[in-house]
Amino acid sequence: MANKQPSVAAVSLGVGVATGLYGISFGALSVSAGLDLWQTMALSVLMFSGGSQFAFIGVIATGAGVVPAILSAWLLGLRNGFYAIRMNPIVSVSALVRPLAAQLTIDESNAVSLSQEPDLKNERLGFWLTGAAVFVFWNLFTFLGAVLGSQLGNPSDYGLDAAAAAAFLGLIWPRLNQSKLLVLAVASAFLATFLSALLPAGIPVLITAGLALGFWIYGLRGGKQ
Amino acid sequence: MTLWVAVMVSSALVYSWKLLGYLVPERFVSNPKIKDLASLLTVALLAALVGIQTFVSPEGVTLDARLPAILLSGVLFYFRMPFIVVVVVAAGTAALLRVWF
Repeated sequence: MANKQPSVAAVSLGVGVATGLYGISFGALSVSAGLDLWQTMALSVLMFSGGSQFAFIGVIATGAGVVPAILSAWLLGLRNGFYAIRMNPIVSVSALVRPLAAQLTIDESNAVSLSQEPDLKNERLGFWLTGAAVFVFWNLFTFLGAVLGSQLGNPSDYGLDAAAAAAFLGLIWPRLNQSKLLVLAVASAFLATFLSALLPAGIPVLITAGLALGFWIYGLRGGKQ
Repeated sequence: MTLWVAVMVSSALVYSWKLLGYLVPERFVSNPKIKDLASLLTVALLAALVGIQTFVSPEGVTLDARLPAILLSGVLFYFRMPFIVVVVVAAGTAALLRVWF
């Protein structure tokens, strides 16, 4: 066991706690953006997609109003649809469980599942465990962050922003041994960073989806494999 | 009140993407080319989030304590350190650098 990859349960729990902790900063930021405790909790329970939630309160905080806030949250949620397409045959859910699987289809659950390829059983287990762990910890820490709010101070004083970056890196790390995916990852990271200086939050991430599409079309048209 | 409506409407819209992905026909998604596309999209979007989470702050694009923290976490992942250890070390690195500088 000692020399093997960590078990899927350990990875799921680790991702759940790490991502959940970042919920403290969401809760604190949401309250300072002008939402009350219950609006903040509604976002974490019902929207349950970190990127969309941060985009929503970020736009509200700028005073741009609710329509741009709704639009950015919506656009940023698009990627979950792609994750859902990937997860559908793996989770192969009944019509009854599908709405629940849909709600848990987020960056982290998809990425942990992806990191377990090609073991189908662990891909499925990783999805459910990670989705559930993130849901529990994300909501717990959102609540804490919203209640403690200003007393806690700045979340970045605790390095929570760097922790989130490291968590995302860890999620794609197992894929980066394929040169095509490594090149795409580096290009996407820099493109999104560069565009963030020019465009509203949420849009740069979506533009990297276009980059992925470009790689895909290039592959179809005769690039190797 | 308006804010509550916005919270509900945007939550429903975000959920609709998630559900839509599960309603796309099976025949379409079992195609290996589609699987390849989904994999490319996942890597691109998550890598974009790494970049934004490392370099972007409310003031714009900045170089700060997050950069050494993410570089260190890359080294630790290379040496196959456990996920949770790397995340905690990244947080600690950024927090300490911010205290010292």
